[in-house]
Amino acid sequence: MLELLQQPWPWYVAGPLIGLTVPALLLVGNKALGISSSLRHVCAACVPAGIPFLTYNWRAEIWNLVFVLGIALGGFIGYRLLGHPDVIGISAATVRDLKAELHLTDFTGLLPRELFALDNLANWKGWVFLVLGGFLVGFGTRYAGGCTSGHAISGLSNLQWVSGVAVIGFFAGGLLMTWVIYPLLF
Amino acid sequence: MKYFKYLVLGTLFGIILTKSEVISWFRIQEMFRFQAFHMYGVIGSAILVGMISIQLIKRNRLKSMDGEPIVLTDKKFNHGIWIGGFIFGLGWALTGACPGPLFAQLGSGVGSAAVLILAALAGTWTYSALREKLPY
Repeated sequence: MLELLQQPWPWYVAGPLIGLTVPALLLVGNKALGISSSLRHVCAACVPAGIPFLTYNWRAEIWNLVFVLGIALGGFIGYRLLGHPDVIGISAATVRDLKAELHLTDFTGLLPRELFALDNLANWKGWVFLVLGGFLVGFGTRYAGGCTSGHAISGLSNLQWVSGVAVIGFFAGGLLMTWVIYPLLF
Repeated sequence: MKYFKYLVLGTLFGIILTKSEVISWFRIQEMFRFQAFHMYGVIGSAILVGMISIQLIKRNRLKSMDGEPIVLTDKKFNHGIWIGGFIFGLGWALTGACPGPLFAQLGSGVGSAAVLILAALAGTWTYSALREKLPY
């Protein structure tokens, strides 16, 4: 059993379990799954600066911050305690393309060190991948009113066509970055 | 103590995100390059199971543990949905992370996740400050 837990889980195990989080949160506390809101709550709690959008009773949403704290704890248990492979088993075609197009050589870890090492903050890569990338995630999810959990999983599960529009937007942006902007960057 | 259940659910969610490797930048690149079914399988089966669950909850008019009727609000359209979605998509392909995975990465000990989260907070704050001036 432990051996099974230690290995990476296939999509047909992980996907349905992620899907079950939606009814679990509804049944346990009448809460809709959505994670990007936690970023707003942190801003409202720490730097509201009199901004109307950040002036609300964020304390009523503490459950969301506790859920996110749990995710971090889950990351520790899933990666450090249960163990992990050194190299993520992505397809050979992706490895080939990332080597050729992005000049990556180190495929160990969750994120490529050549792009995400903190030392990179001394050059353009760190500012584009760490700072600009993170900024776009925080800005875009709030502007769209949700991220992959709130729109793709929670929203589409509840047959919200608006969430379908959001997901098309997610993919349009992702494809433009991967296929058009990446070749310009490297 | 009333929040303990959310800590448990969040922890389980974080373990699943980590063990399925969807918190890896490499997996997200593989998805945007259409070179494996993995991410599509995870997201697709999650939506399918979520959809069936919500239908069961609605049809049986289930109540939450506190005895409240379960209410799901409808999402309203505005132009921010696709404009913001597109902006997030650009960031998703750069960082390989949605907000949830960022926290799982942090817990797994990836130092750069702390920078990414701070940058995401700066993005959310900037959006909040500019909100009245943005198109909808």
